[in-house]
Amino acid sequence: MSTATVQEPTASSKTRLSTAAATRLVALREISTQVRSKSFIISTLITVVIIVGGIVATGFFGGGDDEDQIPVVTTGISQDAEQQVEQSGFSLTSADSMQEAEQLLRDGEVEAIITEDQDSPIGVHLIGLDEAPVSAAQQLSVTPTVEVLETDGADSMMRYFAALGFGLIFMFVAMGSGVMIMQNTIQEKQNRIVEILLSAIPARALLAGKILGNSVVALLQALIMGGSAALGLALSGQLAFLQMLSWPMLWFVLFFIPGFVLIASVFAASASLVSRQEDSGSVMTPAMMLVMVPYFVVLIFLDNEFAMTLTSYIPFTAPVSMSVRLFDDAAEWFEPIVSMGLLVLTTALVMALAAKIYSRSLLKMGQRVKLSAAFTSND
Amino acid sequence: MLELQDICRSFSGKQVLHDVSLSAERGKLTGFVGGNGAGKTTTMRIILGVLAADSGHMRLDGAELGSQARSRFGYMPSERGLYPKMKVAEQITYLARLHGYSKSEATTRAVDLLTQLGLSERLKDPLEALSLGNQQRVQIAASLVHEPDVLILDEPFSGLDPFAVDLVLNVLTEKAASGAVVLFSSHQLDVVERLCDDLIIIGDGKILAAGDREDLRRRHGTLRYELASDADLSWVQNHSGIRTDEATENRVIFRAEESAAQQLLQDAVQRGPVTRFVPVLPTLSEIFRDFTNDSAPTLPQEATR
Repeated sequence: MSTATVQEPTASSKTRLSTAAATRLVALREISTQVRSKSFIISTLITVVIIVGGIVATGFFGGGDDEDQIPVVTTGISQDAEQQVEQSGFSLTSADSMQEAEQLLRDGEVEAIITEDQDSPIGVHLIGLDEAPVSAAQQLSVTPTVEVLETDGADSMMRYFAALGFGLIFMFVAMGSGVMIMQNTIQEKQNRIVEILLSAIPARALLAGKILGNSVVALLQALIMGGSAALGLALSGQLAFLQMLSWPMLWFVLFFIPGFVLIASVFAASASLVSRQEDSGSVMTPAMMLVMVPYFVVLIFLDNEFAMTLTSYIPFTAPVSMSVRLFDDAAEWFEPIVSMGLLVLTTALVMALAAKIYSRSLLKMGQRVKLSAAFTSND
Repeated sequence: MLELQDICRSFSGKQVLHDVSLSAERGKLTGFVGGNGAGKTTTMRIILGVLAADSGHMRLDGAELGSQARSRFGYMPSERGLYPKMKVAEQITYLARLHGYSKSEATTRAVDLLTQLGLSERLKDPLEALSLGNQQRVQIAASLVHEPDVLILDEPFSGLDPFAVDLVLNVLTEKAASGAVVLFSSHQLDVVERLCDDLIIIGDGKILAAGDREDLRRRHGTLRYELASDADLSWVQNHSGIRTDEATENRVIFRAEESAAQQLLQDAVQRGPVTRFVPVLPTLSEIFRDFTNDSAPTLPQEATR
């Protein structure tokens, strides 16, 4: 294109922005306005508290392996027996007489008295104050040696939670950011700033910036959620769980990026079809469905191997389904790569399509733009 | 000079611009008037490259209009729009950066311009917290922050109080004086009449008339004369070859051919001292009405809204 420089006034450092630079600027604005908004900060804090608190609470109430040592008093038992008791995880006090021991129990210093008893199967006798000292008894109980055959498979409970976790994180983040993109796009259209923006930068830079910015925010949110979960697990001492998660976790993040960009494109293109927030309902529903499907798939079909395999190749459900399968160790090494390829390809296609719809409907105000009209327009 | 040549544009099969050709000169204020749906906004959007033309050419200073030249265009859309929740200075800085300024330069420009427009106290407020008049100033800043040398303003005066009108007027006059192309549309013909140097009238997607404002007034509409005298002028009404529009004892406004008017003047001079004899040019509203009545009576619906 030729340029007009007949009356170029005062020199300045200003040049026409490249699409990439414009995209970056738009993305930065999206990120900074969102990250600084009160609602974002508050909802993020609440999410962190719920996740960390939830996991710590579950670990605290459910687990029992690292409870505090139970204080007991021993009296009249052999050195050998005393040692055994101590090894079973009690904090020991020795009393010289039964009376002294009883006094300690009544004062609440200890929870039980342990004495010798030849009739008892393990040779000791437990005395509680006003109820049977169950926890102490449990701790003294003899358990058989335990072993599981398939140690590398995740146990079913963990598996369920992991699947739920992947599904929920993806759904929440995609939904939150999707709605944000939609509102943003409609708002720009509704208050016509879009005309000023488009007179400065091309529509595809605006779209790309919006998707990029919101994807970064979404990824950040997902990382915060994942980080909170990790923190919760670490706080409640369930580190084994964490180690198991690490590989699928990385894949999840890898899948999340194109998966989210895919969703974001759909949301942006849908939003560009309407020009008022009130009209957003009709175009939002299909996009919302796409966001919720991955979650419900893992919720319903978690034990259906065929369905999981199938959905781990469908681009919209792949990020969650493939992550769950990887977590289960149910996928061959090449499967995530193939699925990722499909996802990236679809994302590129949908983005191109979205850019077309977006740039063609952005300036059409009033009635909802029909998809067919968006495609046949020549802008 | 900004030139459009034979621009056509259709929306879903309906042609809204028919071979629109117009030009706007540097250093002049060019008014662009037309009824609702006449094609003003569409034309402006095409000039800005926000919409594409189906056919036709656009040139700036003789060179085909491209995106590089357009980066020096400033635009104020008819329905004002900025981010309501974004801080004023940040917003203008953002727009400046989109136009290609570096971060520091954009910030300086934004702050300077807003200060110039009397908004130095409000730089850190979100736009929605400002009064409408102040929001309008921010809007002006948005169209000026990148130092445009072509200003396209769609209804810059609509909904403004007299202070804001003056503010916008000053800005436009200054821009034009500095050698910029200033093209603005308006419904308020009295404002256009007071302000613009050149005029373009569009109706039903066609350019109906264009040119120097005074020239247009002389060439179009019905020519009338005003005659005032110290003597009684009641006799004028019976004079042949003229039609009086208004008549008081010492002053008449009448329509006549040039020769009949001169004859009347001579008669008047003989009857007493003539204090005033001038041709009365038609007002823009009259010309505008003449033109729009001539063009197709059915107004096309606003296709772009």
